[in-house]
Amino acid sequence: MEVQTLIGLEVHAELATESKMFCSCSTEFGAEPNTHCCPICTGMPGVLPMPNKKAIEYAVKAGLALNCDISEFSKMDRKNYYYPDLPKAYQISQYDLPLCTGGYVDIETEDGPKRIRIRRVHMEEDAGKLLHEGWGNNSLVDYNRAGVPLIEIVTEPDMNSPAEAGAFLDKLKAILQYIEVSDCKMEEGSLRCDVNINARADDKSMATAITEMKNLNSFKAAVKAMEYEEKRHREALLEGDPTVHETRRWDDARSVTVAMRSKEEAHDYRYFPEPDLVPIALDKSYIKSIRENLPELPDQRYQRFISQYGLPQYDAGILTSSKYLADYFEQCMTIYDNAKTVSNWLMGDVLRALNENGKDPSDIPFPPAYLVDLIKYVDDGTISISIAKKVFDEMFANGTDPGAIIKEQGLVQISDEGELLGVIRQVIQENAPSVADYKAGKKKALGYLVGQAMKLTKGKANPQLLNKLLERELN
Amino acid sequence: MRIKPEEVDYIAALSRLVLSDQEKNMYARHLSEILEHAERLSELDTDDVEPTAHVLPLKNVFRDDQVKPSLERDILLSNAPEVENGCFKVPRIVE
Repeated sequence: MEVQTLIGLEVHAELATESKMFCSCSTEFGAEPNTHCCPICTGMPGVLPMPNKKAIEYAVKAGLALNCDISEFSKMDRKNYYYPDLPKAYQISQYDLPLCTGGYVDIETEDGPKRIRIRRVHMEEDAGKLLHEGWGNNSLVDYNRAGVPLIEIVTEPDMNSPAEAGAFLDKLKAILQYIEVSDCKMEEGSLRCDVNINARADDKSMATAITEMKNLNSFKAAVKAMEYEEKRHREALLEGDPTVHETRRWDDARSVTVAMRSKEEAHDYRYFPEPDLVPIALDKSYIKSIRENLPELPDQRYQRFISQYGLPQYDAGILTSSKYLADYFEQCMTIYDNAKTVSNWLMGDVLRALNENGKDPSDIPFPPAYLVDLIKYVDDGTISISIAKKVFDEMFANGTDPGAIIKEQGLVQISDEGELLGVIRQVIQENAPSVADYKAGKKKALGYLVGQAMKLTKGKANPQLLNKLLERELN
Repeated sequence: MRIKPEEVDYIAALSRLVLSDQEKNMYARHLSEILEHAERLSELDTDDVEPTAHVLPLKNVFRDDQVKPSLERDILLSNAPEVENGCFKVPRIVE
């Protein structure tokens, strides 16, 4: 039996407004607990919420960037449930008339491009934050986040592997960053993802019951959780094991998913129109003006990077996957003209260093001009490429100007023949056995001797010149 | 009666309410009466009427994205049954 995995995603993105969705409290992250709260966002009786115009604009912008239709008539609804993170015991959301419907995002897969359909994008308010650890039989609640504007992006179950879902999430994050409606900082909870996954026989004769996984707070965790569930569902389908519709939690430490108690999923939200908020009816000219002012999106920038800078598709794909990285690249290109060299540095050492430190391209600790300086020092022979890598590590650690590092640490490349010959003679004298090996035809011995000369010069010898002189001296 | 005591049980559970048998019977009767009353509306022909979410002739009431001072935390927490570290303290809700 051929088995197909079906994955649908619900992604919540916090909108980058200054104030909350329905009140004027700050949305700033990291404040002291419960200091960004007022009677409206904590659900005191008799208060009147009022929607944030900017949040509506951002949601429309996101809908347009995701190729959705923007509803000309939309309303807010109450989603009722009791949980301590929800001070009103209902969340203001949208039920049957969401702001945006029917869009798509194109992703790259192993089998070429693929279109993932977006079912809807709606607006809602975030809930508070619960702190469970370290309080014994209690949990603590911080309502600073309660009422922060969110959009929820719901896809059709169009993804057939965790890798496709991962590609979708990366692309979605890039789009939201490009249009500047969300800072997309996963570590601050600005972007969170729920997964619906099951397995189905190719001929649709049988399928497993859908598993929901909530609030996966990193794409890496989401993909790992999906890989685990994909395997579990496929096995269940092939073995004919019964499955139930359930919510499972990803346990990152143990790398498994765990069924949550059924008590926690007695969902019956009893939606009804929010009586405190009047409908939203956006006119065509408003939507048109937002559409016309959309910035360049990742796909367009990808095409431009190929045509304007002559970059390979692979490079263009990686550089444009992050707005910050693409901006950084383009800033370098205003002062330097070899696109491929800049691209190699960014895709190689820069991304490696960012990944190793768990950082984003927005965190590159030095300006584009410093990277270009470093490249130019290599171009004009001031330093060798291997020394440049060391200088880079120093720049990344301290944000220092490469010129200063080279000067302070005396890293300028030795390209003086006389100085190098002195070193080479010393190496030949001290390594007679290797010299004999080389002369006996073991060409590999040359590499060892070059290494010794590099060691004596602390890596500063001009490698091409060193090779040439060493060979000449040996023969 | 349209609403049975078991349905009252379910609705009460969603609202985290504990009801006595006597209350369950009473609410079953009340809720049934409300539904029966509302059911009279189905006598009307509404085929050509758009669903109405709001009766006010208002739309697009928005405010600008401006931050204003929030409540003093002490005031916010003054109704909390228990407080710890500037937070509301509640019974543990995950295992």
